[in-house]
Amino acid sequence: MIIFKGVHKWFKTLHVLNDINLHVTPGEVLVVCGPSGSGKSTLIRTVNQLEPISEGTLIVDGMDLSDKKTDINKLRAEVGFVFQQFNLYPHLSVINNITLAPIKIRNIPRKEAEEQAMVLLTRVGLAEKRDAYPLQLSGGQQQRVAIARGLAMKPRIMLFDEPTSALDPEMIGEVLEVMKDLARSGMTMVVVTHEMGFAREVAHRVVFMDYGVILEEAPPEDFFLRPQHERAQQFLRQLLTPMQSQ
Amino acid sequence: MLNYTFDWSIVTSGQYFDWLLSGLITTLKLSAVSIVSAFMLGLLIAVMRMAHSKPVRWIALAYLEFFRNTPLLVQIFFWYFGSYKILPTFINDWLNATGFEFAAAAIALTIYTSAFIAEDLRSGVLSIPKEQMEAARSSGFSYLRSMQYIILPQAVRITIPPLVNQFLNLAKNSSLAMTIGVMEMTYQARQVESYTFKGFEAFTAATVVYLVLSIVITALVNLYNEKVLNVHKAA
Repeated sequence: MIIFKGVHKWFKTLHVLNDINLHVTPGEVLVVCGPSGSGKSTLIRTVNQLEPISEGTLIVDGMDLSDKKTDINKLRAEVGFVFQQFNLYPHLSVINNITLAPIKIRNIPRKEAEEQAMVLLTRVGLAEKRDAYPLQLSGGQQQRVAIARGLAMKPRIMLFDEPTSALDPEMIGEVLEVMKDLARSGMTMVVVTHEMGFAREVAHRVVFMDYGVILEEAPPEDFFLRPQHERAQQFLRQLLTPMQSQ
Repeated sequence: MLNYTFDWSIVTSGQYFDWLLSGLITTLKLSAVSIVSAFMLGLLIAVMRMAHSKPVRWIALAYLEFFRNTPLLVQIFFWYFGSYKILPTFINDWLNATGFEFAAAAIALTIYTSAFIAEDLRSGVLSIPKEQMEAARSSGFSYLRSMQYIILPQAVRITIPPLVNQFLNLAKNSSLAMTIGVMEMTYQARQVESYTFKGFEAFTAATVVYLVLSIVITALVNLYNEKVLNVHKAA
């Protein structure tokens, strides 16, 4: 579904992705973790070409991103992206945030798009917020709307870039529940997160990155109990005992 | 001055009142046409100014600098006295048929004001977080569609106060159209003064009309502002 072959990415002289080789299969839930600045956000952003790659081959849902002829807008319509800061459209109501792309890009009639949006809103537990505006919602609610917005295009892949990092602790759970539900439904997901509980529960594989390199790739149980790489061990220690590590 | 007898009746009734009224209507028409087209053209130039293609950006920049930095009166004279020498015949014919003075004034006001509006809109667009563009692009919208549905609607709301200024300037600048014989408010006030020597009354009337016009424009835009903007301000 997503194939990285020898992918490199430079920001000027900074080597942010270094020889990435990765294969995500349909229905797989892949968690990417690593310290900040490790390149994990850049990695996920290359999948829908928010960041173009510098070198190598990247194939997403059968479309070759290194090929200039690939219609990037068509690819993006098939790939949902959830941002750390939600990035809902503040001038549109919740329902219009969700239906905008289906109506304008998929040419779905408004009524039908709204019915589908209501199904999604119910699924994320926010049916009663259909006419609210994003800034009237809590962070957790905004992120759940953002997930519904991503799903409204019926994507084949969902990407999550630290979806709970900007949330107050008490709101993280509600967002993770929605994501777990989605994972269990068989959606192909790539999730950049430090939520190790989430990784343990629904991830099929965990990838650990640092300095733009994939240092470790393992099923969650192995990764958490027997991390091989020294930097992964250090990272997990800091994550599990954040106070002492300072 | 002390012996001057005020005669307000000349501007409130009769023939001179009709002149002033027709002047007001022309001013309203000229302002309305020019405001709408200046806004559209300003949007276009603002988008061109931020386009990916360098030549397109340069054309927009040249346009902006050219029309912002030459006097409006010169531009009005250019379109009225100069343009028919370079324009194709069929455009000249159409302009003559529709009233060339009015058309020349509307074109000059539109182009001149659009340059200022474009810069205001561009600063509005630049103030929208770049993540909004990313969110739109990642849904599959092209750059232009992202602008149309996501960026510009937000930018226009933010740009409303400076836009009101541009609209007011345009309405007041429309008085310059009298110099090429457009029979608008100032032209008619001048006429009344010529016929009656009641300059004080005539120009007081014109002053009041421009003042009311400006206040109405401000109120209308503010009303729109409140209706639309406040919803998403609410936190």
